[in-house]
Amino acid sequence: MPYDSIVCVKQVPDTANVTIDTMKDDGTVNRAALPAIFNPEDLYALEVALEVKDTYGGTVTAITMGPPKAADVLRDCLHRGADRTILITDRRAAASDTLATGYILSQAIRTIGRYDFVFCGRQAIDGDTAQVGPQCAEKLGIGQVTYLERLVGLSDRTVRIRRNIGHGWEVVETRLPALVTVLQTANQPRPPAAKRVIRFKRARVEAELAAEVRRDMPDAAEESRQAEVRRRSEALKQAGLLIEQWDLDRIGADLSRCGVAGSPTKVFRVQAIVLTKEGYTEIPPTEEGVGRMIHELVVDRTLG
Amino acid sequence: MIEPNRQGEVWVFAEQEDGSLHDVVLELCGKARELADRLGVAVGAVLPGANVAGLAERLIAQGADRVYVVEDPRLAHYQTLPYAHVLCTLIDEHRPQIVIYGATPLGRDLAPRVASTVRAGMTADCTDLEISDVADSRTKTLHEKLLLQIRPAFGGNIIATIVNYDQWPQMATVREGVMPLLPPDPGRKGHVIRQHVEIDDALLAVKLIERHLEPRKVNLKGARVIVAGGGGVGSKENFRLIHELAAAIGGAVGASRAAVDGGYIGKEHQVGQTGTTVRPALYIAAGISGAVQHRAGMEESAKIIAINKDRDAPIFSVAHYGIVGDLSKVIPMMIRALKQRAVSSRQ
Repeated sequence: MPYDSIVCVKQVPDTANVTIDTMKDDGTVNRAALPAIFNPEDLYALEVALEVKDTYGGTVTAITMGPPKAADVLRDCLHRGADRTILITDRRAAASDTLATGYILSQAIRTIGRYDFVFCGRQAIDGDTAQVGPQCAEKLGIGQVTYLERLVGLSDRTVRIRRNIGHGWEVVETRLPALVTVLQTANQPRPPAAKRVIRFKRARVEAELAAEVRRDMPDAAEESRQAEVRRRSEALKQAGLLIEQWDLDRIGADLSRCGVAGSPTKVFRVQAIVLTKEGYTEIPPTEEGVGRMIHELVVDRTLG
Repeated sequence: MIEPNRQGEVWVFAEQEDGSLHDVVLELCGKARELADRLGVAVGAVLPGANVAGLAERLIAQGADRVYVVEDPRLAHYQTLPYAHVLCTLIDEHRPQIVIYGATPLGRDLAPRVASTVRAGMTADCTDLEISDVADSRTKTLHEKLLLQIRPAFGGNIIATIVNYDQWPQMATVREGVMPLLPPDPGRKGHVIRQHVEIDDALLAVKLIERHLEPRKVNLKGARVIVAGGGGVGSKENFRLIHELAAAIGGAVGASRAAVDGGYIGKEHQVGQTGTTVRPALYIAAGISGAVQHRAGMEESAKIIAINKDRDAPIFSVAHYGIVGDLSKVIPMMIRALKQRAVSSRQ
């Protein structure tokens, strides 16, 4: 019995690998200088969906929300085996918090229509909130199974999942559809397949085509540029290389629930962590120095 | 979406399993008490489960004024939908102004589901909470006594303070181990309020088939002293030094991610953003460079000793005592100094 999966993926700055090149002189991180990567846990979510497809048949649709540049992660999904990719991009969605993002994704998923699974990575490394998955499930009115370690059984639209609960694991069973969040211990994501990399090398989203046309036809009138964008996107569509681009109107989103207006949480203050090298007592690495330090710790009752 | 209720209580979700409260709940009760006193309101604890009413006394001793007990055999094991339904029902009825949850796997599964249903703001993984007036620069409105929800973001490279002006309750999950556990006051008085919440069968769509709990072998959170080793220890054999110092000092063994990834020690010893957050009386970091992810998990320790060959290692930025040197020489010196102290104190 085939199963249709939707995978929510995100392009994120690589916050885990801050190097000297991405630090500013004042000791804070230059966020703009961090490379954009495929959110690590989302790769494991994609792999679970691809394994379901390999075993039972069905389809894998990858969706992401972000600027046109986020099409990079969708191309990566195509390279690894996704059948269909959709970019939700709209300036009115900027500055959405997790509640608004969950809502927008749920509207996109409703627009796709039929599905059995929604897979998400547990959390994204830029925010580490782990909230969008459960919030999207709530908006869809479906059950959620967080922290998948292994899909242990699937038949007749009923799934059994082993989930991590921090100090152990449990196996739960639920009818589909359901939203499932996936941990990095779940599997070993397959690498991009060489054949598919070649095949989808030219896959583009319309906003990227528009940028290319602006570059190729700098002196052309706006109308003829638009005509050229339409021509190129039709050609890509025929070749199965068009990444779909949806805006908030396309998914019937209530604008009061998107972007700043739809986000109850506001960032009041951001403080960069500054690395300083002040304020500690330097102890020489000698018997005498170490002995004195231990004595001080005894005197101030830290020890003993 | 609920309008701000400035008389609303400060609530703690009382996570329990098999009849025992999670440690983080006890920590949160103390914090909720502090916030509620600033606001001049009461502290409420929401306690769903089966046969859990006996836990109410402890919640009161830790600072709760009212404990809302919701007992139902179908709440014996945590499941997202029925638990979220209980929380949402009680929030609708009592309109608390703040609800805090432990940032445990369970809390992080439940809280966003509740926030989405109530359409309230939700901040994950806070490391501090405060009450303060906040001016909205866009509308020039002054919002009095908001909950400042303070958390590391961007891989720990920034600290963000999040507020929620008007889509209340203000909700947050709080990391385990970051709020001090206050001693219980057995003399405190409070009210136990039994509430009945109808649980529809449709909420029981996810069935528990099997469950396997691993006893916590390492008690990092409860340790007064932690001796932690990092990648600079160099090998599994050298990591023996960390164990020896911990034994000499009577502390627990911790590790950085580099030491865990290097196979020197098991993941259950890991301190940091992806491991355990600790705040012992003394934290000794040996051969740990001090990546932000690690510092986020230990910088609240009362005293920190850093031992590192590299004078520029970031760990020194949070240290109280810094020893620039080779840990394989410094640690034996520390063990000798500790033994001498033991001898001299006996004389």
